[in-house]
Amino acid sequence: MITKRIIPCLDVKDGRVVKGVNFQGLSDVSSPVELAKFYSACGADELVFYDITASAEGRRLFSDILTETAKEVFIPLTVGGGINTLDDFDRVLKCGADKVSVNSGAIRNPELIEAAAKRYGSQCVVLSADVKRVDGVFRVFARGGRENTGMEAIEWIRSGVERGAGEIVLNSIDTDGVKQGFDLEMLARVCEVVQVPVIASGGAGCIDDFIQLFQTLPGVDAGLAASIFHFGEVKIRDLKLAMAKSGIPARI
Amino acid sequence: MVAVIDYGVGNLFSLRCSLEKLGADVVVTGDRAVIESADRVILPGVGAFRDARRKLRDTGLDKVVCALAAQGKPMLGICLGMQLLFEKSYEFGEYDGLGLLRGSVRPLQGVVPADYKIPQIGWNALRFRRESSLFRHIKDGDYVYFVHSYYAADCADSLIADCDYGVPVTAAVQKGNVFGCQFHPEKSGDVGLAILRAFCFEEAAV
Repeated sequence: MITKRIIPCLDVKDGRVVKGVNFQGLSDVSSPVELAKFYSACGADELVFYDITASAEGRRLFSDILTETAKEVFIPLTVGGGINTLDDFDRVLKCGADKVSVNSGAIRNPELIEAAAKRYGSQCVVLSADVKRVDGVFRVFARGGRENTGMEAIEWIRSGVERGAGEIVLNSIDTDGVKQGFDLEMLARVCEVVQVPVIASGGAGCIDDFIQLFQTLPGVDAGLAASIFHFGEVKIRDLKLAMAKSGIPARI
Repeated sequence: MVAVIDYGVGNLFSLRCSLEKLGADVVVTGDRAVIESADRVILPGVGAFRDARRKLRDTGLDKVVCALAAQGKPMLGICLGMQLLFEKSYEFGEYDGLGLLRGSVRPLQGVVPADYKIPQIGWNALRFRRESSLFRHIKDGDYVYFVHSYYAADCADSLIADCDYGVPVTAAVQKGNVFGCQFHPEKSGDVGLAILRAFCFEEAAV
């Protein structure tokens, strides 16, 4: 039985893990390599590293961190942030990433999804979308959730899969950082239109939020979260045990 | 020394790191002489069967692999590398494999129940079907990480483990000195490392 995946997400800036609440007010948490080792030992099924650095120096630090992590941690590693070209794919894959997630880069240039899927395979290309309700419509936001693209989100995601995205990370800006549970309504809409794995992001505050996610939406394959793991509010081991107890397949 | 065959498909960084972590003397190479001098050989691979098969042929490494397998050298195919060991693949057409194992590679589409996603991406439990030295450090039910849209079929004589993806799906195979994993041991945490350790460090012959 394939298990539901639990994925801690590490936002990395200048070689350190940070986490914003509603994408603002960043605070330093810990070393990415140490956190990655810790999570792997705790039973995390996968890790996501988001590079939120803007400078070339920060990007170099990120590549070093990635390489160091890949030498120590042997679970799937997804990298996102600042992925705009095939060269960016190349750079992070060479440093040990298994999958690459595209967001703003794909919004600016949707052909990037096709080109990357063709070169590296769909299994390598993750489409990450930051989505927010605007006047009752799901809209795609770019640049870390700061800019409303005006695009309708469900159609954007559907077309992304058509172009070759092998996995979707749906981050609800509406629920992100609020810790009142995942955005089940938004996720349900996405699950209706895509056949590839869907990863839920934004809103997890406690173990029950994950249980509710997987029990309500069988089409969701994984749950992603950051600060609740980083600050120990939810322990991955406890979460996995609770999932198993509720009849949700989990790797323990 | 363990040679990881580099024939221009896929990213071998993680595989190299995992073997180095185990303390193996690992060389990632496309050099025939180096591969021939290795004690053990790993055939990796991701992507399309046809392209990988063509690259193996163009480099002449297909003959090297077959010759070494015939000599009894321990050999491990991973993911597409495992699929290449079989007689045929039906991925985007019909292509001949290396023919070291009996069976063919077929799409999961149409075989697994309709509500199962393709590719199979994620952690699934191994169900042992036969004893194998590859499993000496792990136990039945241990989880490993899969990413694939095609699987090995008609391979009852080499099947050593499968997983449940709505239907039984080939997870690992062995015929004498030739081993294969559909999953990625280099991405399967401690269980994966234990499988690689079994292949790299102990007598692999049955």
